[in-house]
Amino acid sequence: MSILVDEHTRVICQGFTGAQGTFHSTQALAYGTRLVGGVTPGKGGQMHLGLPVFDTVRNAVTATGADASMIYVPAAYAADAILEAAAASIRLIVCITEGIPVLDMLRVKAVLSGSASRLIGPNCPGIISPGACKIGIMPGNIHQPGDIGIVSRSGTLTYEAVFQTTRNGLGQSTCIGIGGDPIHGLGFVDCLELFEADPRTRGIVLIGEIGGADEERAADYIKAHVSKPVAAYVAGVTAPAGKRMGHAGAIISGGSGTAEAKIAALQAAGVTVVRSPAEIGMGMDAALKR
Amino acid sequence: MNIHEYQAKELLREYGVRVPPGRVAHTVDNAATAAEELGGERWVVKAQIHAGGRGKGGGIRVAGSIDEVRHCADQLIGRHLVTPQTGAAGRLVQRVLVERACRIHKEFYLGLVIDRGTQRITVIASEAGGMDIEEVAARHPGRIVREAVDPAVGLMDFQCRKIAAKIGLTGRQIPEATKLMQALYRCFRDNDALLAEINPLAVVDEGQLMALDAKMSFDGNALYRREQITAMRDFDEEDPKEVEATGHGLNYIALDGDVGCIVNGAGLAMATMDAISFHGGKPANFLDVGGGASPEKVENAFRIVLQDPSVRIILVNIFAGINRCDWIAEGLVQAMRDLKIGVPIVVRLAGTNVDAGRAILAASAFPFIMADNLDDAATRVMATLRAAPA
Repeated sequence: MSILVDEHTRVICQGFTGAQGTFHSTQALAYGTRLVGGVTPGKGGQMHLGLPVFDTVRNAVTATGADASMIYVPAAYAADAILEAAAASIRLIVCITEGIPVLDMLRVKAVLSGSASRLIGPNCPGIISPGACKIGIMPGNIHQPGDIGIVSRSGTLTYEAVFQTTRNGLGQSTCIGIGGDPIHGLGFVDCLELFEADPRTRGIVLIGEIGGADEERAADYIKAHVSKPVAAYVAGVTAPAGKRMGHAGAIISGGSGTAEAKIAALQAAGVTVVRSPAEIGMGMDAALKR
Repeated sequence: MNIHEYQAKELLREYGVRVPPGRVAHTVDNAATAAEELGGERWVVKAQIHAGGRGKGGGIRVAGSIDEVRHCADQLIGRHLVTPQTGAAGRLVQRVLVERACRIHKEFYLGLVIDRGTQRITVIASEAGGMDIEEVAARHPGRIVREAVDPAVGLMDFQCRKIAAKIGLTGRQIPEATKLMQALYRCFRDNDALLAEINPLAVVDEGQLMALDAKMSFDGNALYRREQITAMRDFDEEDPKEVEATGHGLNYIALDGDVGCIVNGAGLAMATMDAISFHGGKPANFLDVGGGASPEKVENAFRIVLQDPSVRIILVNIFAGINRCDWIAEGLVQAMRDLKIGVPIVVRLAGTNVDAGRAILAASAFPFIMADNLDDAATRVMATLRAAPA
């Protein structure tokens, strides 16, 4: 078992024939992901990597029965691509693209709130259920099927958590990089809820970073609803207070946002918080034994 | 991307927000001429720098005669202004904004920001304007009014009326405030702003509402479609190393330690800094090479990190996903060859094409100190620093 994606997930790629789409589709195929086609407007009817190319997501879904999409289109067109996938009833939309304007994402989120589609990202490494399905840019070979669910705001730090939980023999059920943008799809709480309900997942690693209040909200949720052991690391304890203009950001976030505030909230919720990023694997081990 | 007060006011004026009559001046003579042309009996001379806290630093002065305008301008232009946000070195003032002073009856706070919590543009207002507004928010949260904007319909007039009434505006000020908030919202939305702040918003002279100060900040990812905003960028207000880094697609922030860091991903870059500190060291910088880093980009990263004379060692920490370790390794070798690097380099490579990357480093003649993991890397950095003469 795993969450959101498994060996049955039928995936298409938007931005299929571009450089990024081609490279990562090739990697996904090599990993064993059931990639069933791709979308590049204007190239419908062609074949690419041995798979059919479609002009629209709707055509791709009709022809292939795809239920997930990975998006590699450039930032200026990415919001449109997400909404196209949602309009075609894609169940899981994974947007890897970075640099999407915030106000574009604000509108996308408003539309998605009334739809059945789930969004991961943007500006994220994607999602992988080791040995079954890889949708994203993460290096497949560091993963190992296992018991730990990983959810992270940071791409490369997700790899660090994967590497350490593979090295200590735990392996991963599913790993999700939710992305670091201010406005994004699935959050910590959504993923915690899914991991808590997944019988395969025995423990959860949560990787946060400074800014926003997602970690504080996650801590509240863990306290009330999560019975499985959780280990966490929050990046940015040593980061200097950012240069900023105006006060509105500070007013809106209240006292939250600093690494120390997040660590305190997580600890109060019973989470095993490690202070060094090199101790994430050990922290999970310790939490499982508690 | 931040802009100056005078630029924000010009922009707001285009959208119909009332701002005081004012002129920008780069010299003392210009400041005096500006005051004469504006007319009146009192003027405000305001230093134009991007840092806040200008009032506390003496950057906002009131003059009662043209001679005093000259004197104020002379005290500001060409000098370094120190405010609570500039650091001890202060910021060079290259221009002042001269405005005709008005009689202030009452001051308010009005801001627009993107709230990560509600994922909405949110209006924040308070009757406690002109004061330390963060202090007010922390101690008296009841004195802060918030309204989230539904992106499907935009800011609604009734929300503006509600805010206006809550902060104590009355009579014809309520429709006037509604117009002003709508203008501010349009300006925010149409220009991809991340922050727009009027502090204070004031009731002046015959009871009109006026923006006495304005701060705006814009989404760097949206500048490609905002020519007017892009043209307002003032590179003099930015760290030259950071500007150069941005030009190369790198994200660099200077810090005050001696361990240079070259990392991929903002989260891992912060975590690398944390690991160095955890082992007793001090990072010299934050540097994220981003995704898809070419050998040239890696070499540029070295060039920028080495511009900081306090760097005594460099830690390269790459966990490649969208990146490729072989490209990073080629960049490392290229940098060693081209830049005559005199400090030790600790390298931790993992992820995509890691074996090819390690082979490239091993085949080169350069003495890279290889590390297996993040902890090992930080340990080796500290051991190397301890062994080296200070």
